[in-house]
Amino acid sequence: MTVLQQTAASRRPVPPPAWRPRTDPAPLLPDQEPFRVLGTPAARDADPALLKRLYAALVLGRRYNTQATALTRQGRLAVYPSSTGQEACEVAAGQVLAERDWLFPSYRDTLAAVSRGLDPVRALTLLRGDWHTGYDPREHRVAPLSTPLATQLPHAVGLAHAARLKGDDVVALAMVGDGGTSEGDFHEALNFAAVWRAPVVFLVQNNGFAISVPLAKQTAAPSLAHKGVGYGIPGRLVDGNDAAAVHTVLDEAVRRARSGGGPTLVEAVTYRMEAHTNADDATRYREADEVETWRGHDPIALLERELREAGQLGDADVAAAREAAEEMAAGLRARMNEEPVTDPMDLFAHVYARRTSQLREQAEQLRAELDAAEETERTDGTEQTGQTEQTEQTGEDHR
Amino acid sequence: MAQALNRALRDAMAADAAVHVLGEDVGPLGGVFRITDGLAAEFGDDRCADTPLAEAGILGTAVGMAMYGLRPVVEMQFDAFAYPAFEQLLSHVAKMRNRTRGAMPLPITVRVPYGGGIGGVEHHSDSSEAYYMATPGLHVVTPSTVADAYGLLRAAIASDDPVVFLEPKRLYWSKADWSPESPETVAPIGRAAVRRTGRSATLISYGPSVPVCLEAADAAREEGWELEVVDLRSLVPFDDETVTASVRRTGRAVVVHEATGFAGPGAEIAARVTERCFHHLEAPVLRVTGFDIPYPPPMLEKHHLPGVDRVLDAVARLQWEADLTGREGAR
Repeated sequence: MTVLQQTAASRRPVPPPAWRPRTDPAPLLPDQEPFRVLGTPAARDADPALLKRLYAALVLGRRYNTQATALTRQGRLAVYPSSTGQEACEVAAGQVLAERDWLFPSYRDTLAAVSRGLDPVRALTLLRGDWHTGYDPREHRVAPLSTPLATQLPHAVGLAHAARLKGDDVVALAMVGDGGTSEGDFHEALNFAAVWRAPVVFLVQNNGFAISVPLAKQTAAPSLAHKGVGYGIPGRLVDGNDAAAVHTVLDEAVRRARSGGGPTLVEAVTYRMEAHTNADDATRYREADEVETWRGHDPIALLERELREAGQLGDADVAAAREAAEEMAAGLRARMNEEPVTDPMDLFAHVYARRTSQLREQAEQLRAELDAAEETERTDGTEQTGQTEQTEQTGEDHR
Repeated sequence: MAQALNRALRDAMAADAAVHVLGEDVGPLGGVFRITDGLAAEFGDDRCADTPLAEAGILGTAVGMAMYGLRPVVEMQFDAFAYPAFEQLLSHVAKMRNRTRGAMPLPITVRVPYGGGIGGVEHHSDSSEAYYMATPGLHVVTPSTVADAYGLLRAAIASDDPVVFLEPKRLYWSKADWSPESPETVAPIGRAAVRRTGRSATLISYGPSVPVCLEAADAAREEGWELEVVDLRSLVPFDDETVTASVRRTGRAVVVHEATGFAGPGAEIAARVTERCFHHLEAPVLRVTGFDIPYPPPMLEKHHLPGVDRVLDAVARLQWEADLTGREGAR
């Protein structure tokens, strides 16, 4: 007889209080169907100005995605993970936050950062490859795009927690994909957030695939939003292609966090229309029929139809939105076609506050190599690039 | 030493409200080694916070806290318990300054009780310093004296860069003539200390192996050998200057540590010494290290840990040809 059998056979003791569920799970559970606004009576109550703003941002976002994808073909970007089809999530996440709040994007969420006001070129710096982040995170309160999966989620929790300890009503919104929910950091972040009641909103963009692995092979949970219940966090399920719905749900979650209600887990059900990145072949793992079905649920078309039917959007508005998007794309093209100016000595400039003597020696080695190369160019009569005329780091060094 | 570390945390928290301590059991319990004893009572459980049991979460949330301007000091309860946090440490903590071109430094101190000799079962006695040393962006320091435990921890917390602060577990209970009332403040990170001068050979060591080297130096004296003992204190940055000057003076060197030898810290140190002191060396640089095995069970650890005899054997193997007691006039 095992220990477990013994327990089962004996009188069942009433578990001490600490063993009981501390929250009725019902209010934590998501609805069966994703929350929708567009095409429902709720759309009539939506703020038309907000919807029109979201529409313009969606059109701009789609153009940003297609332009960035084109730039990879021209070799101007090393890689671009497109969010085409997911623009409603990106735009809502970028716009729902107050200026003092923080956004924690994953590598696919450049559009969210741009939608928050970050310069499109600087948002692409990581993917362009001349340095790793491209901007000062404090300037727009956008954390560096995170390439490791879900590891930025605990950062969002820590930042939100620190803000609350300081008495600031700052909210952090952290974005992750469906694949990222399988990572240990997802679990630890949700658990910390719940225990600390940190003002954080977790937005899972369930786009169906983690590179090639479909959701059914990723999780056996009824939905990703259901995962919240295990932590004591409410889960919300939303149609990720319905910009009005995503904005509504995120806005509620942000308000809840700001007022001390703690974290929320939002699962936005959407679809990645393009491959994982330009390096991926999506035809190997999904059928064209499926892609076409989702094309019929396009976030821009959904919102455009709603606004036109309500008489709030006309041909002129649509044309204006497209024109603004073309202007952004032209500016992006022009600036991305400029050769980035890189400084080789930057390799050593920001490893530590002060360079170690080991780094100082290696910097001297590179300096000598660059000088020698410059000398060779000069004697060869070739034109100087000017790229090696750079400033040395100042300040005290480590011994 | 435990008292000095506790005092350093207390003084750092009193001096700067941004200093927050977090980890598993650091609150009312005071940590399993009592290093955080009394901090929660004195500064509140926001400043000294018990966290869920999750090392990646502890360090990952510390990253966010540092991004918002705090100076987190996290405790990894035991050396091998820190491994779940490696991704946060390697991918984010070590790189954030570099990724953001200096815009977002992370002043995080990661306290890791490390090393053996306390009879711990597996996963409680690892010496993981080579992993940390191989990660650019991290400072790695370890005290061997009570005074340094205080000074180095204050320096680590004051550093604008992340510091992995390795605490030699078996020295926690070491006593020393140290005044907790007026502790010396900051020993600069990146400086080695010559603990004992000598002319016959240099023992290069750090953390828990420094007392072993000092004992060996005492014993060697009876053989007529004057051993110099260099305590690195800081593994990253590495103090080439002090080490090189010592070995050039003595012409012989033995690196002593309890971490494994293959691709261990001693490999790097021996290579650096050889590169810089080749023409001054009378013998190859030797290493006395733990064996290249997973840390052994408690009843066998005495065979693994480098002790005085093993250090003296190495000193004897330095192929003495010259006068053992000194090198004056040898050049």
